[in-house]
Amino acid sequence: MVARADFDYSDGANGAAVRFTGRLTLARLGDVPARLDELGPIESIDLSGIERIDTVGAWIVTRTVNEHGAKVVGASPEAERLLEALKDDKSEYRVHRDRRSAIERMLDQVGTASLAIWRELVGIIDFFGAMIVALGIQIRARRRLRWHAVVTRFQTVGVDALPIIGLMSFLIGIVIAQQGAVQLEQFGLEVFTINLVGRASLRELGLLMTAIMVAGRSGSAFAAQIGTMKLTEEVDAMRTIGVSPMEAIVLPRVAASTITMPLLGFYASICAIIGGGVFCWVGLDIPPLTYVQRLREIIPMHDFYIMLIKAPVFGILIGVTGCYEGMQVRQNAEEVGKRTTSAVVAAIFLVIVLDAFFAVFFSSLGWN
Amino acid sequence: MTDEIQAEIQEELAAAEAVRPEKFEFAIRIRGLKNQFGDAVIHENLDLDVRSGEILGIVGGSGTGKSVLLRSIVGLQTPTEGEIEVYGKTLDAITDQEESRDLRRRWGVMFQGGALFSTLSVAENIQVPLREYYPRLDQKLLDEIAAYKVSMVGLPPDAGPKFPAELSGGMVKRAGLARALALDPALLFLDEPTAGLDPIGAAKFDELIRELADTMGLTVFLITHDLDSLYATCDRVAVLAEKRVIAVGTIPELLATEHPWIQDYFNGPRGRAAASCKQAIERQDGKS
Repeated sequence: MVARADFDYSDGANGAAVRFTGRLTLARLGDVPARLDELGPIESIDLSGIERIDTVGAWIVTRTVNEHGAKVVGASPEAERLLEALKDDKSEYRVHRDRRSAIERMLDQVGTASLAIWRELVGIIDFFGAMIVALGIQIRARRRLRWHAVVTRFQTVGVDALPIIGLMSFLIGIVIAQQGAVQLEQFGLEVFTINLVGRASLRELGLLMTAIMVAGRSGSAFAAQIGTMKLTEEVDAMRTIGVSPMEAIVLPRVAASTITMPLLGFYASICAIIGGGVFCWVGLDIPPLTYVQRLREIIPMHDFYIMLIKAPVFGILIGVTGCYEGMQVRQNAEEVGKRTTSAVVAAIFLVIVLDAFFAVFFSSLGWN
Repeated sequence: MTDEIQAEIQEELAAAEAVRPEKFEFAIRIRGLKNQFGDAVIHENLDLDVRSGEILGIVGGSGTGKSVLLRSIVGLQTPTEGEIEVYGKTLDAITDQEESRDLRRRWGVMFQGGALFSTLSVAENIQVPLREYYPRLDQKLLDEIAAYKVSMVGLPPDAGPKFPAELSGGMVKRAGLARALALDPALLFLDEPTAGLDPIGAAKFDELIRELADTMGLTVFLITHDLDSLYATCDRVAVLAEKRVIAVGTIPELLATEHPWIQDYFNGPRGRAAASCKQAIERQDGKS
């Protein structure tokens, strides 16, 4: 039977006489400090009834003594020592590698590289699974998502990326319109430039360029931050304390990139359409009003839905790849650089592969 | 009459306090531990007992796996074979998350480089374990706890709000120690606490560890290369060599063994210097 900390008190002439009972320790403290604050002046503190005391308990006593000028009676030698300690405080013979024939080395490299690609793919899938499990544990334990960390990432992944993604998309819009117009002009069909810009931006290019940019800006940042935390043993420190790194580091980052991608993707599409519109107005003499009207006729709603379905998937992919590569860092600072590079390369490659898959998939659904 | 009863109760309570944490003669029991990385065997048939309330120093040449041993005990490294019990519980066998948290709450680990969370200030670092285990503590008490922990480890008063990057090596170690002590653990793991400190700083750190262990009744698992530290702080010393613990005992007991490594270690030039220094200090203390 483990007794919680408690106290009873009796009022005297110069204030209450408080007598503590149970374990005056951090784990058993309960609401003792709050109740103690509610009492009026305290004249004496009796520690003879306590089973155990630690520094937190001793601190509560010291605090009360300092506030009320109370006397301590009945302290055991251990308690005495703790109180004394807190009293005046505050304030690493061969040099060369074996030489082998060129063919042997080439075969070796091809084999090693192939294995590395396979392991990486398995590793990312494995990591994704572990992340889902961590999410499940978090939900079951009814601990809330670290929203503060997520919102901080919104700033770095989303808001801070707005200028560069906007400018990039605007220019891409102009380039598509200009190149399209040159080809279509030969048939006298310049007006179809609008179809080209509108549909390509919303359905494919806006989001694809955004994903590449986010992978480059944020996927790499995730890998580098987490890699550095691994090097300085911060991640190990979290584990010994009992904080799950998946929960504290990975989930907020993946959540942020997943939620941010659709917003950034839509924003990028609009910027590309504006860029195309500006070229049509200046280069082809199509007034903005006509441009907008024509867009409304030719862009089907499912182009927008396709973008909304693809965006979070790309977000998860970029977040997971970045965090996975970061968590793979071992031993030295050089690894951080290597892992950051592979985070970006793997993320962009996987995004493009998935995008091709989506294109075929949605076409066979009849969403042309 | 009542005074006598009072005195008896006091004695009993003091006796109960003295064996804290009660029931366990050994804080850590390791039997037949084996650790292997690829083909490299680091530990084989390693046995070690750490008594409750003692400061046990772990010594051994570089690469004998002192840090690996620590990592195995705290669960960062799953042993290839063998059993490790901490307060009667085997970490690997615990499947219940709450139970493993309960065990983790009873130890504090101070890593070699401090391993302070770089995005948090010193005070916030100290509060991380407190917030994790006691989410209902109010901010005022959290701040007070952080403040007295900072003072207990001998950091200057303005250290609390500083970030780890702004601290010197010695201060980072003290801050790491403060975080390890945040939950008032019964068991403290220290990985080369005095490495990289100047001799004065190292001596102060030894004193601090001894003092904290005495005041708080701590069991300390101390990895060190520093002979002065061994003489100044440790109750017993365990020697790691040949992939196992070859000897455990007080320094005079170890000196009586004839193992060549132990003889080299304690009777080498540095070992003799540390020993004579200790004798000189004791002589002086005897005079005054």
